[in-house]
Amino acid sequence: MTTVSLTVNGQSVTADVDPRTLLVQFLRDNLRLTGTHVGCDTSQCGACVVHLNGQAVKSCTVLAVQANANIVTTIEGISQGGELHPMQAAFREHHGLQCGYCTPGMIMAAIDIVNRKGNALDEQTIRTELEGNLCRCTGYHNIVKAVAAGAQAMAQTPLRQAAE
Amino acid sequence: MYAFEYHRPTSVSEAAKLAGQADDMKFIAGGHTLLPTMKMRLAGPANLIDLGQIAELRGITRSGDTLTIGAMTRYVEVLNSAEVRDAIPALVEMTELVGDPHVRHRGTIGGSIANNDPSADYPAACLALNATIVTDRRKIAADDFFQGIFTTALDEGEIITQVSFPIPSQAAYAKFRHPASRYALVGVFVAKHTDGVRVAVTGAGSNGVFRVAEMEDALSRNFAADALNGISVAEDEMNGDIHADAAYRAHLVGVMARRAVQAATLG
Ligand SMILES: Cc1cc2nc3c(=O)[nH]c(=O)nc-3n(C[C@H](O)[C@H](O)[C@H](O)COP(=O)(O)OP(=O)(O)OC[C@H]3O[C@@H](n4cnc5c(N)ncnc54)[C@H](O)[C@@H]3O)c2cc1C
Ligand code: FES
Ligand code: FES
Repeated sequence: MTTVSLTVNGQSVTADVDPRTLLVQFLRDNLRLTGTHVGCDTSQCGACVVHLNGQAVKSCTVLAVQANANIVTTIEGISQGGELHPMQAAFREHHGLQCGYCTPGMIMAAIDIVNRKGNALDEQTIRTELEGNLCRCTGYHNIVKAVAAGAQAMAQTPLRQAAE
Repeated sequence: MYAFEYHRPTSVSEAAKLAGQADDMKFIAGGHTLLPTMKMRLAGPANLIDLGQIAELRGITRSGDTLTIGAMTRYVEVLNSAEVRDAIPALVEMTELVGDPHVRHRGTIGGSIANNDPSADYPAACLALNATIVTDRRKIAADDFFQGIFTTALDEGEIITQVSFPIPSQAAYAKFRHPASRYALVGVFVAKHTDGVRVAVTGAGSNGVFRVAEMEDALSRNFAADALNGISVAEDEMNGDIHADAAYRAHLVGVMARRAVQAATLG
């Protein structure tokens, strides 16, 4: 067993884990934060994307022990006071999901795109930047629309972006 | 994944010492090759030594005509580096094509080079740029470092600390991406140095990354895409699989080389 201490959605967490525990397992099984999904477990699909020190990563391809002393934000950590994050609201508004399996990873990836590329995103940029996220339902069209709208909405709420 | 013991050294010397003491060990950098391999039980080291907390393995510096990148430097740090963009913009453009944003947030330059995947991008850059791979024991020229698919000059427990790239006058990388994996189906890195042109090909060769002497000679005489007319690579030395047969890969080497030269001469 190895001890890990990290900050998850603003709260400090310390636990003894088997070193082979993946970050996604730690989040889902130890912390019961089951919003982060496992789609492929082979680093392809992006359903498991969370933010590690503010950057989108595939949490199925990070060991929990590698995240020691780091800051993790999951899909559960982005809404505030019971109100959806603007990117979540945009996915709902624009029908950016069907079964919802890919959605937590899509939204965490989308917020990361905005953090890197700004609030005015054209379609090509969004499609290129979403290369690491697979959706088997929507055909992406509405996801792209949702990300563009969510990105603009995030400009209206700068506090949220800063809190990332 | 098989169980292992986890070690988190904070200096290269500590990591080297741990590696010397532990039999059956592997270093982990970004883990974006190693962890998938361990999940499939194709690797099962008893000891995993994490290079992630070693500050001296990170960072990008330029001194004169040489750009040096620390082994634990992640792709995203190359993308964000004004120094790299200024010295070797082709390296930034190539890095933008590695995997996807999430992979680029974790994967490291040292990990890519140590792994020497036959479809990886950085081995081609190292070979074309005539890089020197620096380890905790010695300096190795890229020409001697890459020794076939997943094979390098590294000895057991040897740690890559940094990679030094001589800054070329012109360079570019052209990549035909596999649409699903985003690895190179064929990638060609072309670099013009004061003493001649170097051309390195990844994704195509049945023995991993390689240089094309005939293209280098032609381009050293005349650095223009037309200089490549009539030059081809031997089909029986190419890799063939369900994604692309050897003949197609051989053809793509010519196309990508041409595109790389065009991009280098435009930029
Ligand atoms: C979905 C996906 C897409 C990808 N697409 C591409 C692509 O398009 N192009 C591309 O080039 N790559 C691609 N990769 C691979 C990615 O770039 C890897 O991260 C990289 O090849 C390995 O780097 P790492 O830091 O993750 O190394 P790790 O996985 O941690 O290590 C890889 C190997 O190198 C050894 N090692 C690592 N660092 C050192 C060191 N400093 N000294 C000695 N040995 C060391 C380890 O022991 C291990 O054997 C992709 C990966 C994924 C998951
Ligand atoms: S579950 Fe992590 S990438 Fe698919
Ligand atoms: S909504 Fe079903 S996988 Fe994307």
